[in-house]
Amino acid sequence: MSGKWLARAGKVWLVLILIFLYAPIVIMGAMSFNASPFYQLPFEFSLNWYAALSENDAIRTAAIRSVGIALATMVIATALGTAASLAFFRYEFRGKFILQTLLFPPIAIPWLITGTAMLIFFFGIGLGRGTPSVLVGHVALALPYVIVVVSARLATFDRTLEEAARSLGAGAWTVTRRVTLPWIMPGVVAGALFAFAVSFDQFVVSYFLSEPGDATLPVLIYTSIRKGFTPEINAVSTIIIIISMAVMLVAARFSNFGGDR
Amino acid sequence: MAEVSVENVTKTFGATKALDSVSMDFPNGGFFALLGPSGSGKTTLLRVIAGFILADNGHIRIGGEPVERVPVERRDIGMMFQNYALFPNMTVADNVGFGLRVRKVGAAEEKRRIAEALELVQMGSLRDRKPHELSGGQRQRVALARAFVTNPRVLLLDEPLSALDKALRVDMQIELKRIQREIGITTIFVTHDQEEALTLSDKIGILRNGRMVQAGAPRDVYNAPDSVFIAEFLGDANIFSGQVEGGALRIAGGRAIRIPKGAEGANTFAIRSEDMAISLEEPTGDDTDRIRADLVQRVFAGAMATCIVEVEGRRMKIVARERDLPALPDEGPVWLSWETDRLKPVKDE
Repeated sequence: MSGKWLARAGKVWLVLILIFLYAPIVIMGAMSFNASPFYQLPFEFSLNWYAALSENDAIRTAAIRSVGIALATMVIATALGTAASLAFFRYEFRGKFILQTLLFPPIAIPWLITGTAMLIFFFGIGLGRGTPSVLVGHVALALPYVIVVVSARLATFDRTLEEAARSLGAGAWTVTRRVTLPWIMPGVVAGALFAFAVSFDQFVVSYFLSEPGDATLPVLIYTSIRKGFTPEINAVSTIIIIISMAVMLVAARFSNFGGDR
Repeated sequence: MAEVSVENVTKTFGATKALDSVSMDFPNGGFFALLGPSGSGKTTLLRVIAGFILADNGHIRIGGEPVERVPVERRDIGMMFQNYALFPNMTVADNVGFGLRVRKVGAAEEKRRIAEALELVQMGSLRDRKPHELSGGQRQRVALARAFVTNPRVLLLDEPLSALDKALRVDMQIELKRIQREIGITTIFVTHDQEEALTLSDKIGILRNGRMVQAGAPRDVYNAPDSVFIAEFLGDANIFSGQVEGGALRIAGGRAIRIPKGAEGANTFAIRSEDMAISLEEPTGDDTDRIRADLVQRVFAGAMATCIVEVEGRRMKIVARERDLPALPDEGPVWLSWETDRLKPVKDE
């Protein structure tokens, strides 16, 4: 009896959590389809805000820039992170432990602090603000995620497979390309999607590092809200949420975060 | 000339000497076993020959060329791993073809040699399967085909049969020997199973604590072990030790046993468990020696039987065909007898 009751309570709890997580998002999404600019009910379906969005050059430019930076971050962070994971997996070298340990604290450092530090640093080295700085900053933020996900996958890799390939005459590059990479590919794909998401959703660091003229989408949304809120923002936010959630769902699928299939 | 030779190879891991000045020759076309208990250094030696471990010093030659500085991928070896290490993302044919593709032999040649190798290990019909769709024995055949298909100078097998169950293991021993004979490739395999080493190899090297303690043909090593360790490690043996006085060995309890001619310098002797007979009555005969013992236990094992006896507090084992054993009580006084020249002088270590 009590087991059944507990199971029911658990279901209710789960529904409450889902409401807590998704209610604001669902309401925002719904309002992006509402004709009224002041969130007035009754709900009247309209695509006006999306139409307006498509004519808003500032948002479109920012969106293209955001996607571009996210793609570049994804490619660079995935390449660097995968190479670093392979090095950690294969070789013993001085300072390996320290290096591995130091990779993860940046995840816990508030972005506000990281952003400030990066801004000071980039001015210090003469790079200043702008898209290159944003890109470098995003790669730095995304790198630990890639390394964590790829290393987790590598931990399941049987080292003797590399030895077998070498015994058959394969050099380091062939071993990596034909034996190791195929095995860790799900981890690499998941890491790449994480890197994309980290960059695409990044606000604080982008805000610090971008120049007023070339804001990324999240930065532009923030500055637009300060000037005055329009449901166009709901529309663009809804699009961002759909893209981000899709990316995360695919990433979770590849990295088995949602449990085994 | 030896196809593979190892000369004074030493390897230390921290404070332990995994290999201590090990030397052994592996002539062309032979089948060699590296035998020893776990931690004896046999696997380390195999990995040093393969190139996965760099020796601290000493020489390794493959086909006459020194290879100490040659990386694994350029040593032209074939290796089979204990867990087979088949590439999970590739089919049977692609696994076998991996080394051929690396060597760029060409598509037609590659196809022909894959087919040939799979035929030899009787896996031709499963060429499109993935490793996870194969049984243990089938994986083993694929791993073997993959290792020899490139025609390497030496085939290295790391505990090739240990992952199989007993019945399959015996079948695969016969298979392995057939395939090795057929392709005539110099083969070195590591095993902790002394029966496997005796069955398969032309020459056995026995390692203990990183040292090569004895090497030779299985029959020679079995019949004339160098030391107590080898006598007891290879099959069952009983040991007599004491003081030599006037052509006899005085053992504990003051009893004397005769020793073979020309072995007066030794004070420890080994005799195979199957070379001793057990009886209730005192045996007679000039060339047999005898001693009283206490039967402790008789173990039935189908065709063979093992009797555990005690001689002056020391346990001995007698192995005989069940049907050759006389009617014996479960325990009590018995006689042990043997031909004197069955005693082999051994080093007490």
